[in-house]
Amino acid sequence: MADSPNRTARLRISRGLPGGERHYENFDVPYEDGMSVLDALRWIRANADSTLAIRYSCINANACKTCMALVNGEVEYTCTAKLTPGIITVEPLPKRPLIRDLVTDVIPDDEKV
Amino acid sequence: MPHLSTDVLVIGAGGAGMYAAIAAARGGASVILLDKGQVGRGGATIMAQMTVAVALGQQEPDSVALHLEDTLRAGRGLCNEELAALVCADGPKRIVEMESWGTRWARENGHIKQEMAPGHSVKRCCYVDFLNTGPAVAATLRRKVSQLPAIRRVSNLAAVEVLTRDNRAIGAVALNLLDGALVTIQANAVVLAAGGLTKLFERNSASANMGGEAYALALWAGAELIDMEFVQFFPIGHLAPRLVGMDPIMWDPFRYKLGGKLLNGNFEEFINRYGSTDFGQYNATRDIAAYAILKETEAGRGTPHGGAYLDFRHIPEAQLRGAFGPVVDRLLANGIDLTRTPVEVGPMAHYHMGGVRVDVNMQACVEGLYAAGEAVGGANGANRLSGNAITEAFVFGARAGSVAAEKAQRAAAGWDESLADESRQRLEQFCGNSRSDGATPVALQAELQTLMWKQVGPFRTGDKLAAALARIEHMQKEDLTRLHIGAARRFNLDLHDAFELRAMLATAEGVVRSALARGESRGAHQREDFPNTDALCLKNQVVELEAGELLTRWVAPVRLDRSAPSHG
Repeated sequence: MADSPNRTARLRISRGLPGGERHYENFDVPYEDGMSVLDALRWIRANADSTLAIRYSCINANACKTCMALVNGEVEYTCTAKLTPGIITVEPLPKRPLIRDLVTDVIPDDEKV
Repeated sequence: MPHLSTDVLVIGAGGAGMYAAIAAARGGASVILLDKGQVGRGGATIMAQMTVAVALGQQEPDSVALHLEDTLRAGRGLCNEELAALVCADGPKRIVEMESWGTRWARENGHIKQEMAPGHSVKRCCYVDFLNTGPAVAATLRRKVSQLPAIRRVSNLAAVEVLTRDNRAIGAVALNLLDGALVTIQANAVVLAAGGLTKLFERNSASANMGGEAYALALWAGAELIDMEFVQFFPIGHLAPRLVGMDPIMWDPFRYKLGGKLLNGNFEEFINRYGSTDFGQYNATRDIAAYAILKETEAGRGTPHGGAYLDFRHIPEAQLRGAFGPVVDRLLANGIDLTRTPVEVGPMAHYHMGGVRVDVNMQACVEGLYAAGEAVGGANGANRLSGNAITEAFVFGARAGSVAAEKAQRAAAGWDESLADESRQRLEQFCGNSRSDGATPVALQAELQTLMWKQVGPFRTGDKLAAALARIEHMQKEDLTRLHIGAARRFNLDLHDAFELRAMLATAEGVVRSALARGESRGAHQREDFPNTDALCLKNQVVELEAGELLTRWVAPVRLDRSAPSHG
């Protein structure tokens, strides 16, 4: 928006596979008032690194409830967690088995191949 | 290659898919219900905060015949009347059934409460408070699905091909997101319930996961599509400020109820410049409202996000709270104070009238292949009546599931592992041909969405459509063969997006070719170079794939036999 020119948010994102080396990568994302953390994650996939693994479905309705992650240490829906200018750390849910990057296994065992 | 087997395979687990799975299981079949996201969490149903139109006649006298009359009028002469009649006749049964399964429809005075909605002759639309219809019905269906042991749910499995032999559906190939491997699923009947195509457009009101795969899967399997030019654009979808936790099309009833004003970027009323009256009367139809907003924007009088302002500032706060209820607090949590700030609204892709061409048993022209919900084409003709989308999800889901169950138990499909070779090779090509200088599938999807919005959006011309077609063909022939694909096996969204992009392009081509061939304006298809409705175009268009080419042809609309006993 007009009142927030050239501001950026820096996302510090935990990446990697289970059991292997995990590391943090930083991404600078153009910031606009009202943006969600999920908006920033989707921006990263479209513009910076499409290999980032994230899980979401409804984008912004908070209806699908599948986009949870750890945002600055708190469990949040990334679609409702507000982005702020400055540094935001995003990590996978700690109590779920990691699949890759920010995606954890939230699928019940009887819903898998 | 992992292999699963079932009587009935249902692709897509939104409202229609879950209903189909329940109906098939109740019909005695084993069922696999798969979704590329999480079963029961994706698709359009769960996002719908509005109403469900059914002729229950509990609020005031109503009839199936009257609901059908309203539906056909909205469809501008192009409805498949048999399908429309089925929606209207079975809708009330499904609503009562859903209530028996636990959906708490809003009630008053001992009956289900029904409201008025645009295009309806009577108060017909039921709902779950407040703006909770979609999530509530999705929860009911998820619970019902989980109670039926015959249904096996599989999440994060994206169907990439429906397999056929001798024009008979015998299963599917799907990509398992969890490990990046292909899975084959053998089935005696396949139900396509993967929703619509709103993801093709940059501005849309739906989930991230409806890129038109149901249509592409049907085409590739040899089925026909119908009415692909008719994409419904909702005129006042939410553009800004950023709003989460709400359906982007939520503003319409509040605008009518409270008297919200539509203003251009200079805060002037403008609908009156386009031959309608807004404030106080609201006689501008959806197409005129959409046209007026886009024309003001073209003339440089749009809002910062390219739409119009919807202004409630003249409404006293108490009145706002009375109408919006707890929604006012959700808006405040988004930083939107309606007493101080107007919101920005504009047209966005909302629903697709077109889809798989089916008979009244939901069967496509491929034996054993069925469709349900928004994947079905024809019931809504050139324009869908508000409230009919969830109705058709339930009705078509129930019908497709029970018919598929019967079919699946009558005849077993033959299986041949080599049928999956094509998809296997495609996966290898996507990965093996990955080029570091190629575009990523997600970036190409974004380009396609912008292209479709700008050239194939609410107002079309032959030139714009031809340019869109040229770019789409180039993307299919060139870009799709030189993608940049990440190397990870687990949750490789590049790979997922590549298969999805391929389906999006096939469906987009069907939309553009149909829109080019219809040289008139009717309902949701508006051509600036052919502004009038042409009586000679009172026909449907069918799309099919023949020897690798998408072809369109005209067919007469399916009419009800008026001499037959009433459906009502």
